Amino acid sequence: VIVRRPVLYLTLITAALFIYVPLRNNNVTLREDLILVAIAVILASNLNLMIGYTGYVNFGHIVFYGLGGYVGLYLATVQHWNLILASLAAGLVVSLFALVLGLGILRLRGAYFALATIGILQAVQSFVSNFDPWGRSTGLYLSFESYAPLGGAMRALWITYYLLIGVMALSMILSLGIKVSKFGLGLFAIREDEDAAVVLGVNTTTAKAIIYSVSAFLPAVAGTLMFYKNGMIDPSIAFEFIASLEGIVMLMLGGKGTVVGAALGGGMYERLRSYLLTSPRLSNFHLVIAGGMLLLVILFAPGGLIGWLYSLVPRSRKVIE
Amino acid sequence: VVHTNAYYLLIPIIAAGLVLGVIVYWMSVHWVVGRSQLMSLLSTFAVNMMVIGIGTALWSTSPYNVDFSLPGITIGPYTFTGNHIAAAIAAVVIALALQFFLYKTRFGKAIRAVSDNRDAAELMGISSTTVLTGAFAIGIALAIASGALVSTLFPFTILSGATYQLKSFVVTVLAGLGKPAGALVAGVLLGLVEGLVTPFIAVSWVPLIEFGLFVVVLIFFPRGIFVRANA
Repeated sequence: VIVRRPVLYLTLITAALFIYVPLRNNNVTLREDLILVAIAVILASNLNLMIGYTGYVNFGHIVFYGLGGYVGLYLATVQHWNLILASLAAGLVVSLFALVLGLGILRLRGAYFALATIGILQAVQSFVSNFDPWGRSTGLYLSFESYAPLGGAMRALWITYYLLIGVMALSMILSLGIKVSKFGLGLFAIREDEDAAVVLGVNTTTAKAIIYSVSAFLPAVAGTLMFYKNGMIDPSIAFEFIASLEGIVMLMLGGKGTVVGAALGGGMYERLRSYLLTSPRLSNFHLVIAGGMLLLVILFAPGGLIGWLYSLVPRSRKVIE
Repeated sequence: VVHTNAYYLLIPIIAAGLVLGVIVYWMSVHWVVGRSQLMSLLSTFAVNMMVIGIGTALWSTSPYNVDFSLPGITIGPYTFTGNHIAAAIAAVVIALALQFFLYKTRFGKAIRAVSDNRDAAELMGISSTTVLTGAFAIGIALAIASGALVSTLFPFTILSGATYQLKSFVVTVLAGLGKPAGALVAGVLLGLVEGLVTPFIAVSWVPLIEFGLFVVVLIFFPRGIFVRANA
C-alpha cells in the first residue's frame, strides 16, 4: 500500500520545504530557482513512466508541456477561464490527444516508436506555428491585466509557484502509485520482455497507450502554469527538442525506473544547468557537458545515481524506490 | 565565377566523415552493441548533444551561406540552377555507389550478413566489430556529404540538421531498411510530395505531412513500399 512507503513522506516533506523556505523571508530569487527545479522534477518523473517503467524512449516528451502551455494559456487569457480550471482542462485535452496518438503509434515497437516521437514533436510544432487562434509563430502574450483575477502579478507569481510545487509532489506520488500497482507490474513486464508480457495476459497496446497518456497529464498542467507565469509562449520555446533530450539526461543521471532517481536527477541537472548557463566561461558548453554526462551514465552506470546507491547499499532498495 | 572545383572538396569531406564515424562509433555505439536497442539510440543522441554544443560554441547558431553558384540550364519556361543539378547528380552517384558497394563487394556483403544475423556472420569468420565500425563510418560520411551538398543550396546553421532528421526517417522507412536504390526513389517521392503540396499550403506545414507519411508507412508498409505485403 502506498501509505506505508517512506518515499511518500519524503515527497511530502520536500514539497513542504519547497513552500516554506522561500516564503519565510519572501526570497524571490530562491523561488525562481526552485520553480525551475520543480519543472525539471515534473518532466523527469513523468518521462520516467515511459522510459523507466515501460522501456519506451519518448524523444518528444516536451510536446506535452508545450501543448499544455498553449491550451491552458489560450483558455486562461483568451477565454478568461480560471487558471486552475484552465490548467486542468489543458491536462485533459493533452492526455486525450496522447491517448488517441498513442493507440496509433504505440503499435510501433522500440526504436521505431522513439523515431516517431521525434516526428510528433516536429509535426505539432509545425501545426502550432500555423494555427491562427494561437498566434502562429508569434505565439500568445499575456497582458498585465491577465494577472488581475489572482490579485495582481506579485500574488499571481506566488500562487503559480505553490501550484507548481503541488504538481511536482503529485508527479512523484503518481510515479509511486503506479509503481506499487498491478498496472505498474504490467508495465515492468512490457519493459523486460514485451512478447512474454502478451503471453502472460498483459494487454500491452492498451497499457502502453494509457501510460503514454498519463505521462502527458501533469506536464501539460505544469506547462500552463509555467507559461502563464512567464507571460508568453511561442512555438520555438514551447517545443524545444533539446529540452526533450535534457529530460532524458535528467532521468538517466538520477536513475531510470525509480521515483527518487527521476526527481533527484531532475533537480540536480537543473541546478547544474543554471550554474553552467550563468557562468561566463562555461555557458557555451552546457550541452557538451550534458551530452558527455548522458554518455558516461549510459556506458558506465546505466542505473544512474540511485542504481549506484543500490549496488553500494543493497538494502536501500527497500526504502528509496 | 564558376567554382566547379568546389565539388572536389566532397572527397576530403567524405574522408573526414569516415574518420569522425569511426571515432563516434568507438566513443558511443561500440559499448552498447548487444545491450537494448534503446541504449544505442540514447548514446548516439548524447553524441548529438555534444556535437550541437561544440558547434554552437564554435560557430554560434547564426546562419552561414556557401557563396558560389554554378550556371543553370533553362529549358523553355523552367530554369534549373546549377547547384541543384550538381547536388542531384551527386545524390544519384552516391546512392548507386552505395548500392554497388552493399551488393557487389565483399565488405558490403559482410555488412548485410551482420545486419541479417550477427552470430551466424561471426561463425562465417566475419569480424562483426570491424563491419559495424565500417558501416557506421560510411553512414556518418554520407550524412556529412549530404550536409555539404545541402549547404550549396540553402543557408544553414548548426541546428539545421533537425529538419532533415525527420525527412531521413521517412525516406528510410519508405524505402525499407538496407536498400540504397530504394532510398533514392523514396527520396525523390518525398521531394515530389513536398513540392506538389507547397503551392497549396505554407511550407511550414511540411513536417506535419512528413510525420503523417512516416506513421502511415510504418503501420501499413513496415518493410517499405517496395515489398509486397506477403512477398
